Amino acid sequence: MTMLSERQQLSYIASQAADARLNVELETEGMTLNIGPQHPATHGTLRIIARLDGEQVVWAEPSAGYMHRGYEKLTEVRTFPQVTTLINRIDWLGSFANEVPFILAAEKLMEIEAPPRAQHIRTILFELSRIANVGLFLGDLGVQMGAITPVFLAFRDREYVLNLIEGATGGRFHPNFDRIGGLKDDLPQGWIDETRQVMKKLRGFCDEIEDLLFGNEIFQSRTRGIGVIPADVARQYGLSGANLRASGVDWDLRRDQSLPMAWDKVDFKVWTHPDGDSWARCWVRLQEVRESTKIVDQLLDTMPAGPVMAKVPRIIKVPEGEAWVSTENPLGEMGYYVVSKGDLGPFRVKIRSASFNNISITPWLLKGVYVPDIITILASLYFILGDIDR
Amino acid sequence: MAPLSESTDTEPTALASDTLRESIVDTLREAIGDDLLESYLIPNDDVWIRVSASAWRRSGEALREQGFDYFCFLSAIDWLPSPFGRGEDDPSAEPDEAEAESKEMTQGYTGGATRFQMLARVTDLRRHVGVTLKADVDESMVVESWIPVYAGANWHERETHEMFGIGFAGHPDLRNMYLPGDFEGYPMRKDFPLLARMVKPWPGIVDVEPMPTEDGDEEAESS
Repeated sequence: MTMLSERQQLSYIASQAADARLNVELETEGMTLNIGPQHPATHGTLRIIARLDGEQVVWAEPSAGYMHRGYEKLTEVRTFPQVTTLINRIDWLGSFANEVPFILAAEKLMEIEAPPRAQHIRTILFELSRIANVGLFLGDLGVQMGAITPVFLAFRDREYVLNLIEGATGGRFHPNFDRIGGLKDDLPQGWIDETRQVMKKLRGFCDEIEDLLFGNEIFQSRTRGIGVIPADVARQYGLSGANLRASGVDWDLRRDQSLPMAWDKVDFKVWTHPDGDSWARCWVRLQEVRESTKIVDQLLDTMPAGPVMAKVPRIIKVPEGEAWVSTENPLGEMGYYVVSKGDLGPFRVKIRSASFNNISITPWLLKGVYVPDIITILASLYFILGDIDR
Repeated sequence: MAPLSESTDTEPTALASDTLRESIVDTLREAIGDDLLESYLIPNDDVWIRVSASAWRRSGEALREQGFDYFCFLSAIDWLPSPFGRGEDDPSAEPDEAEAESKEMTQGYTGGATRFQMLARVTDLRRHVGVTLKADVDESMVVESWIPVYAGANWHERETHEMFGIGFAGHPDLRNMYLPGDFEGYPMRKDFPLLARMVKPWPGIVDVEPMPTEDGDEEAESS
């Protein structure tokens, strides 16, 4: 044992006393931490107000609304074909997928159906938006947990998919390609072969990400067992998509409902995971991108010939009625409740977006977690601000 | 869960789901009695049920017991015909009140008597079926909160309160989600003007080209 001088002893005692005082203060005084509205983990502008006790969250509340554009009100002064321009911008990473349920709802009310080729191309573009959207999620996941490489890979490979979408529709982010009764145009020449190539690349990307990220010890220790959502809670909050399936609920709208789309013509697996933690949510999404590439491949092989547009009147009037159509979008269940009064435009459109429900669970989920886990949980729930605020 | 091969086979399931939706309505009627006011069914497609506002929470509970444990959404509808048309008229012109009054207020598939109606949807993930539930909102503009039944209703009710001005008895915190706290008015009501259309005429209406007419397309000719 080393002897301390008198002066060292005094200084030691003083520092101990200071520590004790500090501890007492920390016990009695919580702290409010404000994350966002501008934060890399928020995909837009979501603000999270968290009340902390030390490192633990006592109470947390996301504050949305920084990007509210009032689409439900705006649809009431648009005609049916004009609405797709608006709803493209709800989930801006998978825009084409936003158009589909609305168009299907309008077609349901008009009692028309798109020709088989149009249904096929719709499904392919739908799955391509899923790959572009969730692929970026996989890369972004790394950034939020301190790994910078995956995001570069994700942006590189998403570019291939965006090029395909641009090639077919003319728009990289906002295709506005879906029409009531079919599609605006047929596919360009050579597109099918190119798509096959890209799907191969994308499967390589999935392997790469699995290696880099999911095999990483730090990533595993930061996600496993963090933010566990039991199945019954997930259903109560209306969680959908990979968030629901990661809690062990085997539910996929592509398989479990009949829509005039081409999903019933392909063979794919719906991945679930029993754990319900952040790891499970990320893992299910990775598998979904793989499945999507397989779906696209199968659809390319079975592409029917024929027109891409059914016969519809030039001025579209939708008969009076109400219709609900939802599809399995990249973020989860996205649906439109469309009320028509036989007019040129809808009377009321209720937009049910996936992220709104997915994020409404956070006050429940963030209770008691540690500060770094807030970021992990939000990243794994995966939301897009346009999809919360609409 | 039905395997893929079963769900793609539409013919037999088509018949089964028809009786399925009828049995859902019957089971709910047993649970809440005369509070189930009306139902509307499109075979093999969808079902709408209107209940009385006093039984709003009870219907949710009864549906949940039936297996509808997946909460999809909750909102409201304002059935008033818009006094502003589709916002394409000259904003400086006087609104044509006679025309607005002549328009009848109809409440959609399941009928009803009030201007505001609740609208909610829940899904049964085991039987692969969803139900759209409606309820008339009377002059008190308050219905029971669904939070004890479906925790996810919390944010949806906040949004509905903000947009339509409908109160929810038993909701812990009906703060605004989108708008500033001191915002006046309820934007999704039909008599709330869309101000962007009020300050500037809709450019689309200024130079309308006549649509090319097709044979037998009367709508094109009439405009």
